[in-house]
Amino acid sequence: MAEKVKLFNTWSSRFGLRIVWALKLKGVEYDSINEDLSNKSPLLLQYNPIYKKVPVLLHNGKPTSESLVILEYIDETWKHNPLLPEDPYEKATARFWAKFGDDKVMSSIWSAFTNEGKEQEDAIGQAIENLNFLEEQLKGKKFFGGEKIGLTDLALGWLANLVRVFEEIIGVKIIDHERFPSLLAWTQEFAEAPIIKESWPPHDKLIVKFQAIRDAHLAATRPK
Amino acid sequence: IHKKIPVLIHNGKPICESLIIVEYIDEVWHNKSPLLPSDPYQRSQARFWADYVDKKAYSTGKRVWSGKGEDQEAAKKELTEFLKTMEGELGEKRFFGGDTIGFVDVALVPFTSWFHTFENFGQFSIEAECPKFIAWAKRCLEKESMAKSLPDPENIYGYALGLKKK
Repeated sequence: MAEKVKLFNTWSSRFGLRIVWALKLKGVEYDSINEDLSNKSPLLLQYNPIYKKVPVLLHNGKPTSESLVILEYIDETWKHNPLLPEDPYEKATARFWAKFGDDKVMSSIWSAFTNEGKEQEDAIGQAIENLNFLEEQLKGKKFFGGEKIGLTDLALGWLANLVRVFEEIIGVKIIDHERFPSLLAWTQEFAEAPIIKESWPPHDKLIVKFQAIRDAHLAATRPK
Repeated sequence: IHKKIPVLIHNGKPICESLIIVEYIDEVWHNKSPLLPSDPYQRSQARFWADYVDKKAYSTGKRVWSGKGEDQEAAKKELTEFLKTMEGELGEKRFFGGDTIGFVDVALVPFTSWFHTFENFGQFSIEAECPKFIAWAKRCLEKESMAKSLPDPENIYGYALGLKKK
């Protein structure tokens, strides 16, 4: 009997994309429900009352929210092609770096993207410090998960694509070859990997969307 | 990386970030008192709520004891809403983990040591607003392991007073 799997998502969500990858890597069939975040569906609000955000995974009628929580649920429900290693210590390490990516790397890069002048400079400095940790963690490995893509790779996947969009818009290269050779190699390897490659949102649409976001942030913070 | 505590060192290897450490402990010493349920969906719910606690509790609480005027009033309201949300999730259960203490209980109980501080600075009674929540907290404190390891609320109040003076 086919299990009912539905994913509430948007075309551009870097968090929803993690779930798309995970489901595809495990060969799980699902229905995609496209949300307009300016006009959220009643179902989305019902299934994620706390955050009212995408992605939300619905499996056999039961909803799960928060992308890293959903990834672990997927890994535990569909056990083939595991995203996490068996060993508890290695699992803890994978979880740590996924969380670090969201807590520190994403926030510093976002800050660099939505600011200008000194604030941007400071944020880029922070981002470089944080990326250094990832560079060290990656050394010698093809993926953060080792030979195969794992949970940490999916969690950090936005670095392989969205950061290029940000770099193009602000005109600053953050992940450059001199400072981050391993990380840059990983972004290329990851971006071109089967399944990952097919799911990237269209580059031009992302540029338009995020340029507008940056403009809005700058307009809000510039003195009138 | 974060230069923070807690750090657990097991067989010479460090693990950081408290909820990640709790999951590690639960996996390594899995024979006794499991903190997470075995069903994947229930596990996802436990992780979701523990993560929500981490995201919401302390940052809101901080605004209650360090804030003033309108900010403080807004923070008090948010704190009460947060506690009521958790009451809703608890429902009629004894603990968030069901009959026994679980992952969410462990994530949330340390926060209760701050209540004395919030009440003093915010001039309100949490028990009056959220009696079910306080009843849950008291049930947790009946457990010796929890009662003995939580910091004394008076010490936390003293600590906050010290910080506010700076």
